[in-house]
Amino acid sequence: MISLTSPVETWAHRWPAGLKLGSLCLATVVLFSQESLSFHALVFAACLVLYCLPGARFFTSGMKRLVALWPFVGLVLIWHVVIGAQVEGLIVTLRLLSAVAMANLVTMTTKLSQMIDVIRWLSAPLRAFGLNTRALEIGIALVVRFTPALIDKGGQLAQSWSARSHKKPSWRIVMPFTVLAIDDAEHVADALKARGGL
Amino acid sequence: MERNLALIALFAALIAALGLIPKFTLAFGIPITAQSLGVMLCGTVLGSKRGALAVLLFLLLVALGLPLLAGGRGGLGLFVSPTAGFLIGFPVAAFVTGLIVEKWRTAPLPLVAGVASVVGGIIVLYVFGIIGFAIVMEKSIVESTLVMGAFLPGDGIKAVLAGFITAALAKARPKSVLSRA
Repeated sequence: MISLTSPVETWAHRWPAGLKLGSLCLATVVLFSQESLSFHALVFAACLVLYCLPGARFFTSGMKRLVALWPFVGLVLIWHVVIGAQVEGLIVTLRLLSAVAMANLVTMTTKLSQMIDVIRWLSAPLRAFGLNTRALEIGIALVVRFTPALIDKGGQLAQSWSARSHKKPSWRIVMPFTVLAIDDAEHVADALKARGGL
Repeated sequence: MERNLALIALFAALIAALGLIPKFTLAFGIPITAQSLGVMLCGTVLGSKRGALAVLLFLLLVALGLPLLAGGRGGLGLFVSPTAGFLIGFPVAAFVTGLIVEKWRTAPLPLVAGVASVVGGIIVLYVFGIIGFAIVMEKSIVESTLVMGAFLPGDGIKAVLAGFITAALAKARPKSVLSRA
């Protein structure tokens, strides 16, 4: 399954995932506690530099994700210009862009396996209370495996719909789709039991 | 236990797969997709606790960086974006939806599941969504509500669909509708 980790290997790929996630939490808290325009302009410029460092390919794919925020940026800027509070508008916009840029940076430089290791580490205290965290790990694996399988089945349903009707497949395929998913779940449950269970 | 886990994981995958049904984007970039229909179905089919767990598992994988949200979006950035409130509200919405279906057994299932989807999947979800939008965008609750109100008609249709689909599932696979088991 394709994850959003960048294929461009950066120095940050080698940092421990826990450290990156911890710093991200701290940075986001600081970002939301500051109200000065120069601070937010500086932070956003720093984010852009960080995106530039690994090269053009990394920069473009990072910027593509930030550009998706344009409707919100447009809305805030127009709104604040209308009410005559341009500085506040800029602060809100820059803070939004920096917060999302920093979080995306962690996602782009951390492999799925490293993230799952952090989850395992975070859930370790739960095991002390007798909770079965293996179920969580198997659950993650099952979703990763079943999402493409379900998408495939959904595609087949849409195809057979198109073969029978000149209309586009609509919400009507959601019902058979859910039945397929439930039947799959029953088979998987049997298979898990047959292999010794949880 | 195995059956519960398999159903929870499959419904988490179902939310992701429903995100791929062609979307149409309304104003302000919030895509109208079948994904929130998936959240409603988690509640109406799996019930409160399992439904919420399925949605949490889905969100965990989104946070870990898998592009499972509609439009191939994913990663940690979404949790600080203007629509983060909706993501945080997803599991609560599924829980409330499921709770209503579990407790209200006197009326026909399509009606119960539909009403539960409106209360959980729309009212509860929008409370979270609007508060999240107000915090990130520094808008008042009234202003945020006006912006978000544009998406209500689409969600109303989804709640009606969730009611009919749940009732059809209860006929086709009665044992699997855990909210009524």
